[in-house]
Amino acid sequence: MEHFLALVSKPDNVPILAMLFLIPYFMWLAYKQARQTDRAGVPSDAALNDKVYVWPYLCRNEFVCAIIIMLVLGVWSIMIDAPLEEPSDPAKTPNPSKAPWYFLALQEMLVYFDPWIAGVVLPGFIIAGLIAIPYIDINPKGKGYYTIKERPFALAVFSFGFIILWIVLMIVGTFLRGPGWNIFMPWQYWDPHKIVPLTNVNLSYLFGIRDDTTANFFGFAVVAGYFALGPIFYFWKYKTSRFLQELGLVRYVIVSFLFLSMVALPIKMILRLALNIKYVWVSPWFNI
Amino acid sequence: MNEERKGLKEKITNSDIWKSIFRHGYENTGRRYTLQILQNVWLHLHPPRISRHALNFRFTWCMGGITFLMFLVTAVTGVLLMFYYRPVAEYAFRDVQALEFDIPFGMLLRNMHRWAAHGMVISVMLHMFRVFLTGSYKKPREFNWAVGVILLLITFFLSFTGYLLPWDQLAYWAVTVGTNMARATPVLGHEGPFTPTDIVTQANDVRFALLGGTIVGPSTLLRFYILHCVAVPLVASLLMALHFWRVRKDGGISGPL
Ligand code: HEM
Repeated sequence: MEHFLALVSKPDNVPILAMLFLIPYFMWLAYKQARQTDRAGVPSDAALNDKVYVWPYLCRNEFVCAIIIMLVLGVWSIMIDAPLEEPSDPAKTPNPSKAPWYFLALQEMLVYFDPWIAGVVLPGFIIAGLIAIPYIDINPKGKGYYTIKERPFALAVFSFGFIILWIVLMIVGTFLRGPGWNIFMPWQYWDPHKIVPLTNVNLSYLFGIRDDTTANFFGFAVVAGYFALGPIFYFWKYKTSRFLQELGLVRYVIVSFLFLSMVALPIKMILRLALNIKYVWVSPWFNI
Repeated sequence: MNEERKGLKEKITNSDIWKSIFRHGYENTGRRYTLQILQNVWLHLHPPRISRHALNFRFTWCMGGITFLMFLVTAVTGVLLMFYYRPVAEYAFRDVQALEFDIPFGMLLRNMHRWAAHGMVISVMLHMFRVFLTGSYKKPREFNWAVGVILLLITFFLSFTGYLLPWDQLAYWAVTVGTNMARATPVLGHEGPFTPTDIVTQANDVRFALLGGTIVGPSTLLRFYILHCVAVPLVASLLMALHFWRVRKDGGISGPL
């Protein structure tokens, strides 16, 4: 418990505590407005052509907002001091060593994937995927107002990625990861010598495959089969789905690939936590 | 009574002294409001008029503006910090200590810089979330969303490069952990897959380029300092200017029309 309290009261973790309140608050705010639109419909043209002068109306808002934020920042800076630990010492590695809080979701991925995937490939996909969003989301509705009914899929995917895979993993990384990067519940003692039995096995092993070459092909087949779900779904639904026809093949390939890559993370987490799977695909060059 | 007051007011505002101080009166007209925006160097990026719903806090959450405010605060406090800080391994830590104990308001300065930086990371993430929830990235704002994504990365990178500068254990190991990922870059990192290990080694891979060494050391401190204080803020400012300009050119804050 004392370790957890020490973590919670660490000055650098104040932003995360703040987000524990800010995120639910803004989700509630957005949800309320979305429900209103979904019930009453999008406001009519007449109500929207209403223009106001930026001076004084917007400038006044900006000014008041700036004053309030500066007050919050001022109080925060007077009350809580920035941390300064001992001088750096390359010979003294702290356990656990944590990246800054906003990178902890990435560091958390390192538990489930090798560094080149967790640290390079997946972040690359996140960036490419974010930039691609406006070009692959061809739904013209839901532009400039809150709604749920008009774009449920887009909202579900993005919110899952942002809230669960980014914010929640960040919170887990900050508050629940202790020595050896093991999970410690708030009430548990941080035992630096905690021994976690390494019983993880590869998926191929679970299927009784002992030979490396066979395991390599097996892993390849599983991963290829997983990403083949995209094309399979496409050919299965193409005839009947107007949405797929409008989306087009190129956009579909990008959407399905990014989507499957994103979902691969929670799948791998579940495989690891429930079945102790270490790798799905072990090859001479890399492991997934 | 009212007449009297008006007369008095006119007498005062028509007096030579008053007129010598205030060059002209304040007209309550749309023309005046428009000019106020157009003629002010700080405000002229605003359009003269916007739709009413764009004023609504519940719509924008003010998060873009707060991100910008946080950036300005870090710029001002950062310049002041630069007067007291030397990016040299022998001095860096002691300079930060001096800020805390010797320099008047040094601690407050440092706190404001650090918390504004953290605040900027929070607000930029919430800003992106808002822009997604309102579907504001849709045509014609696709490109501005892309500029935003780059700004998001730049915000992280600004914060990350600054994290090293106190040169304490927290800074040192957070940056060590953070930059360790670069080892595993495919082809270009010495521990990555598909890397030709006879050519790409610990002493010439991407991590080496970032750190200026094989571990976080004095040259890393200097590199991160220059990135943090000069290079990245410069790029950030240019991209923010582009971002704001595009908000306006794309038709102002998005709305249902
Ligand atoms: C340094 C970071 C950033 C700053 C200072 C900034 C600032 C702003 C400001 C002041 C606005 C006006 C509306 C508002 O306040 O919500 C705005 C709008 C916008 N921002 Fe950002 N932003 C940043 C990062 C981002 C990011 C990360 C994204 C998305 C990935 C983004 C995408 C957009 C878009 C699409 C708009 C137009 C919104 C609309 O029309 O409703 N920006 N930005």
